[in-house]
Amino acid sequence: MFRAATGPHVLFLRRIRRIAVLLCAIALLGGQSGSGQSAAPPAGRFVVVLDAAHGGADAGSTVTDPAGKPNPEKNLTLTLSVKLRSLLAARGIAVVTTRESDATVDAGQRAEIANHALAQACLSLHAAMSGAGVHLFISSLPAARSERFQPWQTTQATFVDRSLALAGVLNSALLHAGMTVTLGRTALTTVDSMACPAVAVEIAPEQPSSTSAAKASVEDPAYLNQVADALAAGLLEWRAEDHRP
Amino acid sequence: MIPRYQKILFVILLLASAGMGAELWHLRQRAHQRLLAGQVSAPTKAPQVAPVEQATLMVASDADDTLQARELSLPLPPSPQQRAKVILDRLLDLYAAPGASHPVTGGSDPILQVFLLPAAAPPSGQGASMGNRGDQETAVVNLSGGFAAHHPSGIETETLTLLSICATLHANLPQVTEVRFLVDGETKATLAGHADLTRTYLTRDLEQAQGAVS
Repeated sequence: MFRAATGPHVLFLRRIRRIAVLLCAIALLGGQSGSGQSAAPPAGRFVVVLDAAHGGADAGSTVTDPAGKPNPEKNLTLTLSVKLRSLLAARGIAVVTTRESDATVDAGQRAEIANHALAQACLSLHAAMSGAGVHLFISSLPAARSERFQPWQTTQATFVDRSLALAGVLNSALLHAGMTVTLGRTALTTVDSMACPAVAVEIAPEQPSSTSAAKASVEDPAYLNQVADALAAGLLEWRAEDHRP
Repeated sequence: MIPRYQKILFVILLLASAGMGAELWHLRQRAHQRLLAGQVSAPTKAPQVAPVEQATLMVASDADDTLQARELSLPLPPSPQQRAKVILDRLLDLYAAPGASHPVTGGSDPILQVFLLPAAAPPSGQGASMGNRGDQETAVVNLSGGFAAHHPSGIETETLTLLSICATLHANLPQVTEVRFLVDGETKATLAGHADLTRTYLTRDLEQAQGAVS
Protein backbone atom coordinates (compact mmCIF):
# COMPACT_ATOMS: atom_id res chain seq x y z
CA MET A 1 0.00 0.00 0.00
CA PHE A 2 1.09 3.48 -0.74
CA ARG A 3 1.66 5.55 2.35
CA ALA A 4 1.44 9.31 2.12
CA ALA A 5 4.49 11.17 3.33
CA THR A 6 3.62 13.52 6.19
CA GLY A 7 6.99 14.58 7.44
CA PRO A 8 7.79 18.24 8.29
CA HIS A 9 9.83 18.77 5.11
CA VAL A 10 6.94 17.50 2.97
CA LEU A 11 4.50 19.94 4.62
CA PHE A 12 6.99 22.75 4.06
CA LEU A 13 7.26 21.87 0.37
CA ARG A 14 3.47 21.79 0.05
CA ARG A 15 3.24 25.27 1.59
CA ILE A 16 5.89 26.54 -0.80
CA ARG A 17 3.96 25.05 -3.72
CA ARG A 18 0.67 26.68 -2.57
CA ILE A 19 2.37 30.05 -2.24
CA ALA A 20 3.87 29.67 -5.72
CA VAL A 21 0.45 28.80 -7.21
CA LEU A 22 -1.09 31.79 -5.43
CA LEU A 23 1.61 34.12 -6.74
CA CYS A 24 1.12 32.77 -10.28
CA ALA A 25 -2.63 33.37 -10.03
CA ILE A 26 -2.07 36.93 -8.81
CA ALA A 27 0.40 37.54 -11.63
CA LEU A 28 -2.06 36.20 -14.21
CA LEU A 29 -4.92 38.35 -12.91
CA GLY A 30 -2.68 41.36 -12.81
CA GLY A 31 -1.59 40.70 -16.38
CA GLN A 32 -5.19 40.43 -17.55
CA SER A 33 -6.21 43.71 -15.98
CA GLY A 34 -3.13 45.32 -17.42
CA SER A 35 -3.93 44.17 -20.96
CA GLY A 36 -7.53 45.40 -20.53
CA GLN A 37 -6.36 48.87 -19.65
CA SER A 38 -3.86 48.99 -22.47
CA ALA A 39 -6.73 49.43 -24.93
CA ALA A 40 -7.76 52.54 -23.03
CA PRO A 41 -5.64 55.65 -23.26
CA PRO A 42 -3.09 56.17 -20.50
CA ALA A 43 -4.23 58.16 -17.50
CA GLY A 44 -3.92 61.90 -17.99
CA ARG A 45 -4.23 61.77 -21.78
CA PHE A 46 -6.95 64.02 -23.20
CA VAL A 47 -9.39 61.95 -25.29
CA VAL A 48 -12.46 63.09 -27.22
CA VAL A 49 -15.18 60.72 -28.40
CA LEU A 50 -17.02 61.73 -31.59
CA ASP A 51 -20.33 59.95 -32.11
CA ALA A 52 -21.65 60.41 -35.65
CA ALA A 53 -25.33 59.71 -34.97
CA HIS A 54 -27.38 57.21 -36.99
CA GLY A 55 -25.78 55.17 -39.80
CA GLY A 56 -26.53 52.05 -41.80
CA ALA A 57 -30.22 51.19 -41.71
CA ASP A 58 -30.92 54.18 -39.45
CA ALA A 59 -30.80 57.17 -41.82
CA GLY A 60 -31.98 59.70 -39.23
CA SER A 61 -33.79 62.80 -40.41
CA THR A 62 -33.74 64.09 -43.97
CA VAL A 63 -32.08 67.41 -44.62
CA THR A 64 -32.38 69.26 -47.89
CA ASP A 65 -29.97 71.58 -49.61
CA PRO A 66 -31.09 74.96 -51.04
CA ALA A 67 -31.90 73.21 -54.34
CA GLY A 68 -34.26 70.86 -52.50
CA LYS A 69 -32.10 67.77 -52.86
CA PRO A 70 -32.64 65.46 -49.88
CA ASN A 71 -29.73 63.98 -47.95
CA PRO A 72 -29.94 61.65 -44.95
CA GLU A 73 -28.72 62.92 -41.59
CA LYS A 74 -26.34 59.95 -41.23
CA ASN A 75 -24.15 61.25 -44.10
CA LEU A 76 -23.87 64.75 -42.65
CA THR A 77 -23.00 63.54 -39.17
CA LEU A 78 -20.25 61.31 -40.59
CA THR A 79 -18.89 64.19 -42.68
CA LEU A 80 -18.78 66.45 -39.63
CA SER A 81 -17.19 63.70 -37.53
CA VAL A 82 -14.40 63.21 -40.10
CA LYS A 83 -13.76 66.97 -40.35
CA LEU A 84 -13.67 67.39 -36.59
CA ARG A 85 -11.46 64.34 -36.07
CA SER A 86 -8.90 65.75 -38.50
CA LEU A 87 -8.91 69.14 -36.79
CA LEU A 88 -8.50 67.63 -33.33
CA ALA A 89 -5.82 65.14 -34.41
CA ALA A 90 -3.86 68.01 -35.96
CA ARG A 91 -3.90 69.68 -32.55
CA GLY A 92 -2.61 66.57 -30.80
CA ILE A 93 -5.90 65.45 -29.30
CA ALA A 94 -6.64 61.71 -29.25
CA VAL A 95 -9.97 61.00 -30.91
CA VAL A 96 -12.15 57.89 -30.67
CA THR A 97 -15.06 57.65 -33.12
CA THR A 98 -18.13 55.42 -32.86
CA ARG A 99 -18.24 54.83 -36.61
CA GLU A 100 -16.03 55.54 -39.61
CA SER A 101 -18.40 54.34 -42.32
CA ASP A 102 -22.10 53.91 -43.09
CA ALA A 103 -22.48 51.19 -40.47
CA THR A 104 -25.33 50.43 -38.09
CA VAL A 105 -24.24 51.05 -34.50
CA ASP A 106 -26.91 50.91 -31.82
CA ALA A 107 -27.12 53.26 -28.86
CA GLY A 108 -25.67 50.74 -26.42
CA GLN A 109 -22.61 50.08 -28.60
CA ARG A 110 -21.98 53.82 -28.97
CA ALA A 111 -22.05 54.30 -25.20
CA GLU A 112 -19.80 51.24 -24.74
CA ILE A 113 -17.19 52.72 -27.11
CA ALA A 114 -17.34 56.06 -25.30
CA ASN A 115 -17.12 54.51 -21.84
CA HIS A 116 -14.14 52.31 -22.78
CA ALA A 117 -12.27 55.37 -24.05
CA LEU A 118 -12.33 57.07 -20.61
CA ALA A 119 -12.82 60.33 -22.50
CA GLN A 120 -12.77 63.87 -21.17
CA ALA A 121 -15.39 65.00 -23.72
CA CYS A 122 -18.02 63.11 -25.76
CA LEU A 123 -19.88 64.80 -28.61
CA SER A 124 -22.93 63.19 -30.23
CA LEU A 125 -23.29 64.81 -33.66
CA HIS A 126 -26.71 65.37 -35.28
CA ALA A 127 -28.28 67.48 -38.03
CA ALA A 128 -31.86 68.68 -38.53
CA MET A 129 -33.92 71.12 -40.56
CA SER A 130 -35.89 72.61 -37.64
CA GLY A 131 -34.69 75.61 -35.67
CA ALA A 132 -31.66 77.73 -36.49
CA GLY A 133 -27.93 77.57 -35.92
CA VAL A 134 -26.35 75.04 -33.60
CA HIS A 135 -28.34 73.37 -30.82
CA LEU A 136 -26.40 72.10 -27.81
CA PHE A 137 -28.13 69.59 -25.57
CA ILE A 138 -27.05 67.94 -22.36
CA SER A 139 -28.86 65.12 -20.60
CA SER A 140 -32.04 65.99 -18.72
CA LEU A 141 -31.21 63.43 -16.03
CA PRO A 142 -31.03 64.98 -12.55
CA ALA A 143 -27.46 65.30 -11.28
CA ALA A 144 -26.45 62.43 -9.01
CA ARG A 145 -23.47 61.58 -6.83
CA SER A 146 -20.93 59.17 -8.20
CA GLU A 147 -21.41 55.65 -6.91
CA ARG A 148 -19.47 52.46 -7.46
CA PHE A 149 -22.26 50.86 -9.50
CA GLN A 150 -24.33 53.07 -11.76
CA PRO A 151 -27.40 51.99 -13.78
CA TRP A 152 -26.49 51.84 -17.46
CA GLN A 153 -29.45 53.97 -18.57
CA THR A 154 -28.59 56.80 -16.15
CA THR A 155 -24.78 56.71 -16.14
CA GLN A 156 -24.67 60.30 -17.38
CA ALA A 157 -26.37 61.52 -14.17
CA THR A 158 -22.99 61.65 -12.38
CA PHE A 159 -21.48 63.72 -15.22
CA VAL A 160 -24.31 66.22 -15.71
CA ASP A 161 -22.48 69.07 -13.97
CA ARG A 162 -19.35 68.59 -16.09
CA SER A 163 -21.48 68.20 -19.23
CA LEU A 164 -23.09 71.53 -18.40
CA ALA A 165 -19.63 73.09 -18.11
CA LEU A 166 -18.57 71.56 -21.43
CA ALA A 167 -21.74 72.89 -23.10
CA GLY A 168 -20.88 76.34 -21.75
CA VAL A 169 -17.38 76.21 -23.24
CA LEU A 170 -18.70 75.02 -26.63
CA ASN A 171 -21.40 77.70 -26.52
CA SER A 172 -18.77 80.40 -26.02
CA ALA A 173 -16.68 79.07 -28.90
CA LEU A 174 -19.65 78.93 -31.28
CA LEU A 175 -20.84 82.41 -30.29
CA HIS A 176 -17.29 83.67 -30.77
CA ALA A 177 -17.44 82.28 -34.32
CA GLY A 178 -20.59 84.35 -34.91
CA MET A 179 -23.06 81.48 -34.90
CA THR A 180 -26.57 81.24 -33.49
CA VAL A 181 -26.64 78.84 -30.53
CA THR A 182 -29.48 77.47 -28.44
CA LEU A 183 -28.96 75.33 -25.37
CA GLY A 184 -31.29 72.85 -23.78
CA ARG A 185 -31.69 69.51 -22.08
CA THR A 186 -33.05 66.36 -23.62
CA ALA A 187 -33.42 62.61 -23.17
CA LEU A 188 -31.19 60.74 -25.61
CA THR A 189 -30.47 57.07 -24.93
CA THR A 190 -26.87 57.28 -26.15
CA VAL A 191 -25.92 60.37 -24.15
CA ASP A 192 -27.72 59.14 -21.00
CA SER A 193 -25.50 56.03 -20.97
CA MET A 194 -22.18 57.85 -21.47
CA ALA A 195 -19.71 58.02 -18.59
CA CYS A 196 -18.04 61.25 -19.70
CA PRO A 197 -18.90 64.94 -20.03
CA ALA A 198 -21.29 64.62 -22.98
CA VAL A 199 -23.04 67.11 -25.25
CA ALA A 200 -25.33 66.41 -28.21
CA VAL A 201 -24.60 68.87 -31.02
CA GLU A 202 -27.41 69.35 -33.56
CA ILE A 203 -26.71 71.48 -36.62
CA ALA A 204 -29.62 73.32 -38.18
CA PRO A 205 -29.63 75.84 -41.06
CA GLU A 206 -28.00 79.12 -40.05
CA GLN A 207 -30.10 82.26 -40.28
CA PRO A 208 -29.03 85.05 -42.66
CA SER A 209 -26.32 87.13 -41.00
CA SER A 210 -24.78 90.53 -41.53
CA THR A 211 -22.06 88.94 -43.63
CA SER A 212 -24.33 86.66 -45.64
CA ALA A 213 -27.84 87.45 -46.81
CA ALA A 214 -28.57 83.83 -47.66
CA LYS A 215 -29.66 81.17 -45.19
CA ALA A 216 -26.75 78.71 -44.79
CA SER A 217 -27.72 75.12 -45.51
CA VAL A 218 -26.52 72.35 -43.20
CA GLU A 219 -25.01 70.77 -46.30
CA ASP A 220 -22.93 73.81 -47.13
CA PRO A 221 -19.26 72.71 -46.75
CA ALA A 222 -18.24 76.20 -45.64
CA TYR A 223 -20.90 76.13 -42.90
CA LEU A 224 -19.82 72.65 -41.75
CA ASN A 225 -16.18 73.78 -41.69
CA GLN A 226 -17.15 76.81 -39.61
CA VAL A 227 -18.98 74.62 -37.10
CA ALA A 228 -16.13 72.09 -36.96
CA ASP A 229 -13.56 74.87 -36.42
CA ALA A 230 -15.61 76.38 -33.61
CA LEU A 231 -16.14 73.00 -31.93
CA ALA A 232 -12.41 72.22 -32.20
CA ALA A 233 -11.59 75.59 -30.63
CA GLY A 234 -14.08 74.88 -27.85
CA LEU A 235 -12.54 71.47 -27.18
CA LEU A 236 -9.07 73.00 -27.03
CA GLU A 237 -10.36 75.46 -24.45
CA TRP A 238 -11.97 72.55 -22.57
CA ARG A 239 -8.64 70.71 -22.57
CA ALA A 240 -6.94 73.78 -21.15
CA GLU A 241 -9.58 74.02 -18.42
CA ASP A 242 -9.46 70.28 -17.79
CA HIS A 243 -5.72 70.32 -17.22
CA ARG A 244 -5.82 73.51 -15.20
CA PRO A 245 -4.83 72.80 -11.59
CA MET B 1 -106.16 11.20 -61.53
CA ILE B 2 -107.02 14.16 -59.26
CA PRO B 3 -110.73 14.69 -58.87
CA ARG B 4 -112.10 17.94 -60.23
CA TYR B 5 -113.48 19.15 -56.88
CA GLN B 6 -110.00 18.90 -55.35
CA LYS B 7 -108.50 21.07 -58.12
CA ILE B 8 -111.17 23.72 -57.53
CA LEU B 9 -110.57 23.58 -53.75
CA PHE B 10 -106.81 23.99 -54.26
CA VAL B 11 -107.27 27.06 -56.45
CA ILE B 12 -109.73 28.60 -53.96
CA LEU B 13 -107.27 28.04 -51.07
CA LEU B 14 -104.40 29.48 -53.12
CA LEU B 15 -106.40 32.61 -53.90
CA ALA B 16 -107.45 32.95 -50.25
CA SER B 17 -103.81 32.70 -49.14
CA ALA B 18 -102.74 35.39 -51.60
CA GLY B 19 -105.61 37.61 -50.49
CA MET B 20 -104.76 37.20 -46.82
CA GLY B 21 -101.10 38.00 -47.57
CA ALA B 22 -102.07 41.19 -49.36
CA GLU B 23 -104.38 42.18 -46.52
CA LEU B 24 -101.58 41.56 -43.98
CA TRP B 25 -99.20 43.75 -45.96
CA HIS B 26 -101.85 46.47 -46.20
CA LEU B 27 -102.51 46.35 -42.42
CA ARG B 28 -98.78 46.51 -41.69
CA GLN B 29 -98.37 49.60 -43.85
CA ARG B 30 -101.35 51.28 -42.15
CA ALA B 31 -99.90 50.52 -38.70
CA HIS B 32 -96.54 51.91 -39.72
CA GLN B 33 -98.14 55.12 -41.02
CA ARG B 34 -100.11 55.43 -37.78
CA LEU B 35 -96.92 55.06 -35.71
CA LEU B 36 -95.06 57.65 -37.75
CA ALA B 37 -97.96 60.08 -37.47
CA GLY B 38 -98.04 59.74 -33.68
CA GLN B 39 -94.25 60.07 -33.12
CA VAL B 40 -92.96 63.43 -31.89
CA SER B 41 -89.83 64.29 -33.82
CA ALA B 42 -89.01 67.46 -31.90
CA PRO B 43 -86.09 67.09 -29.41
CA THR B 44 -87.31 66.72 -25.84
CA LYS B 45 -83.91 66.82 -24.13
CA ALA B 46 -81.27 69.52 -24.53
CA PRO B 47 -77.90 68.23 -25.81
CA GLN B 48 -75.11 68.22 -23.25
CA VAL B 49 -72.70 71.10 -23.85
CA ALA B 50 -69.51 71.24 -21.79
CA PRO B 51 -69.02 74.57 -20.06
CA VAL B 52 -66.38 76.84 -21.51
CA GLU B 53 -63.35 77.09 -19.24
CA GLN B 54 -59.89 78.60 -19.34
CA ALA B 55 -57.08 76.28 -20.41
CA THR B 56 -53.36 76.97 -20.53
CA LEU B 57 -51.41 75.66 -23.50
CA MET B 58 -47.62 75.59 -23.29
CA VAL B 59 -46.81 76.31 -26.92
CA ALA B 60 -43.36 75.42 -28.25
CA SER B 61 -41.32 77.71 -30.46
CA ASP B 62 -38.59 76.33 -32.70
CA ALA B 63 -37.09 79.79 -33.21
CA ASP B 64 -35.88 80.27 -29.64
CA ASP B 65 -36.31 76.76 -28.20
CA THR B 66 -38.83 77.85 -25.56
CA LEU B 67 -42.35 77.14 -24.32
CA GLN B 68 -44.76 80.08 -24.11
CA ALA B 69 -47.98 79.94 -22.07
CA ARG B 70 -51.14 80.73 -24.05
CA GLU B 71 -54.57 81.06 -22.42
CA LEU B 72 -57.56 79.73 -24.35
CA SER B 73 -61.27 79.31 -23.63
CA LEU B 74 -62.38 75.78 -24.44
CA PRO B 75 -65.45 73.66 -23.73
CA LEU B 76 -63.96 71.13 -21.31
CA PRO B 77 -65.64 67.91 -20.15
CA PRO B 78 -65.73 67.22 -16.40
CA SER B 79 -63.69 64.00 -16.54
CA PRO B 80 -59.96 64.80 -16.03
CA GLN B 81 -58.91 62.21 -18.62
CA GLN B 82 -61.25 63.58 -21.29
CA ARG B 83 -60.27 67.11 -20.29
CA ALA B 84 -56.58 66.27 -20.76
CA LYS B 85 -57.25 64.77 -24.19
CA VAL B 86 -59.28 67.79 -25.35
CA ILE B 87 -56.54 70.20 -24.23
CA LEU B 88 -53.75 68.18 -25.86
CA ASP B 89 -55.78 67.84 -29.08
CA ARG B 90 -56.08 71.63 -29.14
CA LEU B 91 -52.32 72.01 -28.54
CA LEU B 92 -51.43 69.69 -31.41
CA ASP B 93 -54.02 71.39 -33.64
CA LEU B 94 -51.97 74.58 -33.20
CA TYR B 95 -48.84 72.73 -34.34
CA ALA B 96 -50.63 71.33 -37.39
CA ALA B 97 -51.87 74.77 -38.49
CA PRO B 98 -50.01 76.58 -41.29
CA GLY B 99 -47.37 79.00 -40.02
CA ALA B 100 -47.10 77.28 -36.64
CA SER B 101 -44.19 78.22 -34.38
CA HIS B 102 -43.48 74.50 -33.99
CA PRO B 103 -44.75 72.81 -37.17
CA VAL B 104 -45.85 69.21 -36.67
CA THR B 105 -48.26 67.47 -39.00
CA GLY B 106 -49.56 64.42 -37.26
CA GLY B 107 -52.84 63.33 -38.82
CA SER B 108 -56.41 63.91 -37.71
CA ASP B 109 -56.37 62.29 -34.27
CA PRO B 110 -52.82 62.48 -32.86
CA ILE B 111 -53.78 61.69 -29.25
CA LEU B 112 -55.63 58.39 -28.94
CA GLN B 113 -56.11 58.40 -25.17
CA VAL B 114 -54.83 59.97 -21.99
CA PHE B 115 -54.89 57.80 -18.86
CA LEU B 116 -54.41 59.21 -15.37
CA LEU B 117 -53.04 56.72 -12.84
CA PRO B 118 -51.90 57.09 -9.24
CA ALA B 119 -48.19 57.93 -9.17
CA ALA B 120 -45.94 55.02 -8.32
CA ALA B 121 -44.51 54.94 -4.80
CA PRO B 122 -40.91 56.18 -4.60
CA PRO B 123 -38.11 53.77 -3.72
CA SER B 124 -37.63 53.30 0.01
CA GLY B 125 -35.71 56.10 1.63
CA GLN B 126 -36.87 58.76 -0.84
CA GLY B 127 -40.32 59.31 0.63
CA ALA B 128 -39.39 62.40 2.59
CA SER B 129 -37.88 64.19 -0.41
CA MET B 130 -40.78 63.32 -2.68
CA GLY B 131 -43.46 64.54 -0.26
CA ASN B 132 -46.94 63.04 -0.08
CA ARG B 133 -47.62 61.25 -3.36
CA GLY B 134 -51.16 60.19 -2.48
CA ASP B 135 -52.71 62.90 -4.64
CA GLN B 136 -50.12 62.79 -7.41
CA GLU B 137 -50.83 61.16 -10.74
CA THR B 138 -48.98 59.71 -13.69
CA ALA B 139 -50.38 60.64 -17.10
CA VAL B 140 -49.98 58.03 -19.82
CA VAL B 141 -50.34 59.68 -23.22
CA ASN B 142 -51.12 57.25 -26.03
CA LEU B 143 -50.00 58.87 -29.29
CA SER B 144 -51.18 57.62 -32.67
CA GLY B 145 -48.72 55.82 -34.91
CA GLY B 146 -49.48 58.32 -37.66
CA PHE B 147 -48.44 61.21 -35.44
CA ALA B 148 -45.11 59.55 -34.60
CA ALA B 149 -44.50 58.54 -38.22
CA HIS B 150 -45.09 62.06 -39.56
CA HIS B 151 -43.33 63.93 -36.76
CA PRO B 152 -40.24 65.82 -38.00
CA SER B 153 -37.01 64.14 -36.92
CA GLY B 154 -34.53 66.07 -34.79
CA ILE B 155 -33.49 66.48 -31.17
CA GLU B 156 -34.91 69.97 -30.77
CA THR B 157 -38.26 69.43 -32.46
CA GLU B 158 -38.95 66.08 -30.76
CA THR B 159 -37.91 67.36 -27.34
CA LEU B 160 -40.08 70.46 -27.67
CA THR B 161 -43.13 68.36 -28.59
CA LEU B 162 -42.72 66.10 -25.56
CA LEU B 163 -41.95 68.96 -23.17
CA SER B 164 -44.90 71.03 -24.38
CA ILE B 165 -47.25 68.05 -23.83
CA CYS B 166 -45.84 67.49 -20.32
CA ALA B 167 -45.95 71.19 -19.42
CA THR B 168 -49.49 71.61 -20.76
CA LEU B 169 -50.71 68.62 -18.75
CA HIS B 170 -49.08 69.96 -15.58
CA ALA B 171 -50.41 73.49 -16.15
CA ASN B 172 -54.02 72.28 -16.37
CA LEU B 173 -53.84 69.25 -14.08
CA PRO B 174 -51.30 70.15 -11.37
CA GLN B 175 -51.66 66.72 -9.79
CA VAL B 176 -49.89 65.23 -12.83
CA THR B 177 -46.25 64.90 -11.79
CA GLU B 178 -45.08 62.20 -14.22
CA VAL B 179 -45.79 61.58 -17.88
CA ARG B 180 -45.18 58.45 -19.91
CA PHE B 181 -45.71 57.99 -23.63
CA LEU B 182 -47.04 55.13 -25.72
CA VAL B 183 -47.49 54.90 -29.48
CA ASP B 184 -50.53 52.92 -30.61
CA GLY B 185 -50.67 51.41 -27.13
CA GLU B 186 -47.10 50.13 -27.15
CA THR B 187 -43.77 51.40 -25.90
CA LYS B 188 -41.55 52.88 -28.60
CA ALA B 189 -37.83 53.68 -28.29
CA THR B 190 -37.98 57.21 -29.70
CA LEU B 191 -40.56 59.65 -31.03
CA ALA B 192 -38.93 60.11 -34.45
CA GLY B 193 -35.40 58.77 -34.03
CA HIS B 194 -34.10 60.96 -31.21
CA ALA B 195 -36.10 61.81 -28.07
CA ASP B 196 -36.34 58.85 -25.69
CA LEU B 197 -39.93 57.66 -25.21
CA THR B 198 -39.09 54.84 -22.81
CA ARG B 199 -38.37 57.04 -19.81
CA THR B 200 -40.75 58.72 -17.39
CA TYR B 201 -40.80 62.50 -17.75
CA LEU B 202 -41.05 64.38 -14.44
CA THR B 203 -42.94 67.66 -14.58
CA ARG B 204 -40.77 69.10 -11.79
CA ASP B 205 -37.80 68.86 -14.19
CA LEU B 206 -39.51 70.89 -16.92
CA GLU B 207 -38.16 74.27 -15.88
CA GLN B 208 -34.70 72.74 -15.73
CA ALA B 209 -35.13 71.06 -19.11
CA GLN B 210 -36.45 73.97 -21.16
CA GLY B 211 -33.49 76.16 -21.85
CA ALA B 212 -32.17 76.20 -18.31
CA VAL B 213 -28.65 76.61 -19.58
CA SER B 214 -29.48 79.26 -22.13
